[in-house]
Amino acid sequence: MATPQAIQTGGGLGGLSEATRRRLQRKARIDVWFERTLFAFAFAVLLLLGAIIASLIASSWPALERYGLEFFTENRWAANVEVFGALPAIYGTLLTSLIAIVIAVPISFGIAIFLTERCPNVLRQPLSTLIELLAGIPSIIYGMWGMEVLAPLLRTWFPSVFPAGTGLATAGIILAVMIIPFITAVSRDVINTVPAVMRESAYGLGCTTWEVARRVILPSVKGGLVGGVVLGLGRALGETMAVTFVIGNNLFLNTTLTGQGTSIAALIANQFSESDGTQRSALLALGLILFLITFAVLAFARYLLRNSTGRHA
Amino acid sequence: MLKHVFATLVSGSLILGAAAAQAQEAITGAGATFPYPVYSQWADAYQDKSGVGLNYQAIGSGGGIQQITAKTVTFGASDAPMTKEELDKNGLLQWPMVMGGVVAAFHVDGIDGAINLDGKTLADIYQGKITSWNDEAIAKLNPDMKLPDTKITPVYRAEGSGTNFLFTHYLSQVSKDFANTVGEGKSVAWPAGVGAKANAGVASQIANTNGAIGYVEFAYAAQNDLHLVHLKNKAGKTVAPDMDSFMAAAANADWKNAPGMYLVLTNQPGDNSWPITGASFILMHKKVQDVDAARQALEFFDWAYSNGDAMAKELDYVPMPKNVADMVRESWSEIKGPNGEAVWKQ
Repeated sequence: MATPQAIQTGGGLGGLSEATRRRLQRKARIDVWFERTLFAFAFAVLLLLGAIIASLIASSWPALERYGLEFFTENRWAANVEVFGALPAIYGTLLTSLIAIVIAVPISFGIAIFLTERCPNVLRQPLSTLIELLAGIPSIIYGMWGMEVLAPLLRTWFPSVFPAGTGLATAGIILAVMIIPFITAVSRDVINTVPAVMRESAYGLGCTTWEVARRVILPSVKGGLVGGVVLGLGRALGETMAVTFVIGNNLFLNTTLTGQGTSIAALIANQFSESDGTQRSALLALGLILFLITFAVLAFARYLLRNSTGRHA
Repeated sequence: MLKHVFATLVSGSLILGAAAAQAQEAITGAGATFPYPVYSQWADAYQDKSGVGLNYQAIGSGGGIQQITAKTVTFGASDAPMTKEELDKNGLLQWPMVMGGVVAAFHVDGIDGAINLDGKTLADIYQGKITSWNDEAIAKLNPDMKLPDTKITPVYRAEGSGTNFLFTHYLSQVSKDFANTVGEGKSVAWPAGVGAKANAGVASQIANTNGAIGYVEFAYAAQNDLHLVHLKNKAGKTVAPDMDSFMAAAANADWKNAPGMYLVLTNQPGDNSWPITGASFILMHKKVQDVDAARQALEFFDWAYSNGDAMAKELDYVPMPKNVADMVRESWSEIKGPNGEAVWKQ
């Protein structure tokens, strides 16, 4: 950090006129304040995060203290008899997000590669805009679409797999649609950073489009792609409204793929407004768990990024 | 130019805002979503007449109880009554404002019209014990009907709600087994079926699923043209859910002997009584700081009791009988200002 004093006593500045020196000093001061302000902004985020964690822990403490480990092993969430088990919600959250990622990642990468490599110029801009528009649709619209369109379709087409139309898999499908625009946009942007000379050399060697995508482009932007996937996963884990509509909201642990279930965010949304006492504390404990899961996922992604050899790590 | 427009807009909105704040003489309340349509209808008519508006936030019964306890509103509203002890602890007074019915609706291809059930069968369906529409228990209640071999999909309200409370309260009364395994409450863990969001979600899920059965407030079933279940009541008679059977249940309710007016109108006696009805309650502090606000609110409720019946019926709500309204008016004498004088005078 350059301080005004350092400039004043600096030997190299001795020959400058008084006016020039004052001007330089003023600029240095401005810089110092600018840096301090930026630091304060950055620090404020940390402070806020700390405050959120602290208040979550404080308000969920009564429930955690009362139920202890049972909170994580009990297989149902029955508020009216004060039996609270987080297991069904944790299972639903992880499973729906996993289903969403499994569906969304190949589709998103496919769209991104098509847009950057094969798409006719006329179509490129409109297609990109359309996909980004998908990200702007409010989540409740996805929920209503899932309830009114997707669930009845699944029920009609696959009655043996989706007897009610709703369920964990249905929620996963909705989530996939919701996170595709995010993963696509990030992937497209990082793929665009691959220098043209790299792909031209590859094509010059006689590579097919598939080989260029598979062996040249994707490996060179691995880090950025992981970043996009994590962004989508983070969104899927915390999505509330759309999931609530289609997940079935069954509060028992149901270790199936297509059965009725619930997620942490959906359970909180459904019960928070009518809750008090222990139930409210238990719901806040669920919120803490969701926070920790999201944090763990992001930390894991950081770890992957650090170990990846991609240029955008 | 742009600057000028901006300045005009800002000053204009400031003036309008100030004017609105001046003219705003509104009763503030918050709580249950179930009576919201009728409260807002009443409020419109009342504002035309008296100039006093109602600012009612339909945030749910729990939210209503919280807000009135925190004294951020003049009155709170809840679908589930508070017990006498809870009321006394918070210094609150409670009374029923309007009633409604919860009905069971179903959708089975091949069955047109109504189907007859009793409480025990309904409880078994919701516990996942009866899984097919041609089950013996259902067949016995509908001897003249040809029941298909369709799988039953029970549909329930996913979020905590007064409707859930009324329905589980009823099932707990008619089935010991249900009371022991599931129990009553605003949020329960349903062992079988599908949870849909809000009345509208349940109605839509029923309409879309062959074999579905669910419960909604009567207004939603009527609006969505759903087939309704006829239930066997406490007197052993099978009744159809309509205004008459709701009124019958309400007429038999013994408000006089309910401490703190804590009364859940399920499984009431009487040949014509529909077994799942419930009142929506208003909550106010017995000791109020803002006497004018409290008096305005009571004047509105008084007006609604006297003039709101037709509007309530139009929206498929059941108005409170006159004797109950009179009893409520009497209880208002317990609401007192800081100097100990009653806020409400007949």
